[in-house]
Amino acid sequence: MTDYNFAYLDEQTKRMIRRAILKGLAIPGYQVPFASREMPMPYGWGTGGIQVSAAVLTPEDRFKVIDQGADDTTNAVSIRTFFERTAGVKTTTATAEATVIQTRHRIPEAPLTEGQILVYQVPIPEPLRFLEPRESETRKMHSLEEYGLMHVKLYEDISRHGHIATSYAYPVKVEGRYVMDPSPIPKFDNPKLGDMAAIQLFGAGREQRIYALPPYTQVVSLDFEDHPFDPSRADHPCGLCGAEDSYLDEVIVDDAGGRMFVCSDTDYCSARQAAGHTGKDAA
Amino acid sequence: MPQSQTLSGGFADPARQSAHAFRSVMEAMARPGSLHDITGAEPPASLSVATGAVLLTLCDTDTPVHLAGDADCATVRDWIAFHTGAPFCGPADCMFALGTWQALAPLSAFPTGTAQYPDRSATMIVEVPQLSASGATLTGPGIKDNASLSLPETRAFRDNHALFPLGLDFIFTSGSRLAALPRSTEVR
Ligand SMILES: [Zn+2]
Repeated sequence: MTDYNFAYLDEQTKRMIRRAILKGLAIPGYQVPFASREMPMPYGWGTGGIQVSAAVLTPEDRFKVIDQGADDTTNAVSIRTFFERTAGVKTTTATAEATVIQTRHRIPEAPLTEGQILVYQVPIPEPLRFLEPRESETRKMHSLEEYGLMHVKLYEDISRHGHIATSYAYPVKVEGRYVMDPSPIPKFDNPKLGDMAAIQLFGAGREQRIYALPPYTQVVSLDFEDHPFDPSRADHPCGLCGAEDSYLDEVIVDDAGGRMFVCSDTDYCSARQAAGHTGKDAA
Repeated sequence: MPQSQTLSGGFADPARQSAHAFRSVMEAMARPGSLHDITGAEPPASLSVATGAVLLTLCDTDTPVHLAGDADCATVRDWIAFHTGAPFCGPADCMFALGTWQALAPLSAFPTGTAQYPDRSATMIVEVPQLSASGATLTGPGIKDNASLSLPETRAFRDNHALFPLGLDFIFTSGSRLAALPRSTEVR
């Protein structure tokens, strides 16, 4: 640990990130620019989330990292190890035990509580980027609340597919003001964004943006009166724990191409199994 | 002024103490009206412990600071300059402003951000004689139903909220406690 500053980043960088976090909390859903630093891992590995985690962690925290719902991917393990080494924090895979959770692509199934902070790794923070590549223009659109094009794009989906086809990074409106990209979580997770007891912080390293949702913030998935938002879920119970309320991954289980659906949130699934719940594919 | 007063009173263990102090400030800003302890700083007697810790945690050479009223004295200037390196400036150019409620008036002198960059706005550190969860009723992001906070008045905060997404954000300090009121909070 003595080879590094606490949590790797120097104090001046942490102060800059901390100031950005505070402005983000004061203006929910607004993207605050910050001067992203080089981290000892590539951008695709969540350097934005790592910098936000580094700015909020204290030595007493219990840190959890999930990648697509799992604690044991290379990415999750490497980020967890990084903060064990540089911040001396204890880590955990249990959602309920964690005080700071860094995540890529999922919100845990278990409801988060007031003592917790959820840090998202964000690849593309700008929800209007696919409509307008120029930052100067998207910034103007946000300032004028020009979100008509976004609705047009969603409505085109409906006329083409009969429903809104966007199933990840489904855009939301925060407190009736800013349209925000919730990061590539499945839209199944969107309803958890609003009214959450925990603090939610979003960090985009390459794009140098931080944004935030304070607890109990109103977050609404964009939709239309005749096509209300539908947080669709595969129509199966989990094969291992039998859960009917969790987000599922389809996994191939044998060489013959056998498949089963299992909870994407591995901590949620194993806790249910430990409590005696079983699914039809449980060994 | 004795030099020792300038040199002392910073964080003894800056990385860890500022991490703890920031969590207090962040929780306060994320949950408007909630009260938090913040310690670790020993600023000159005219500043509260909480104000000292907030300054040490958030200010540096990149953050112009405006000192209002009695806070604008050599003792305070020397302490802030030595421990944070922050430059001093008038109200219009500051990122942080420090003073009592009376000394900080009029609020219209401070930057509230721009339409495209509402974050380029001042954070006001307001020294108040006492801080308690009573008085004005607060609602908005970060607040489950409603919260109460002893504010020096209500009208100024209603006017500030009306500017949203522009506006000022407030950190109230008293002794070793703090609370915050971002622009997003509705005050009644
Ligand atoms: Zn399961």
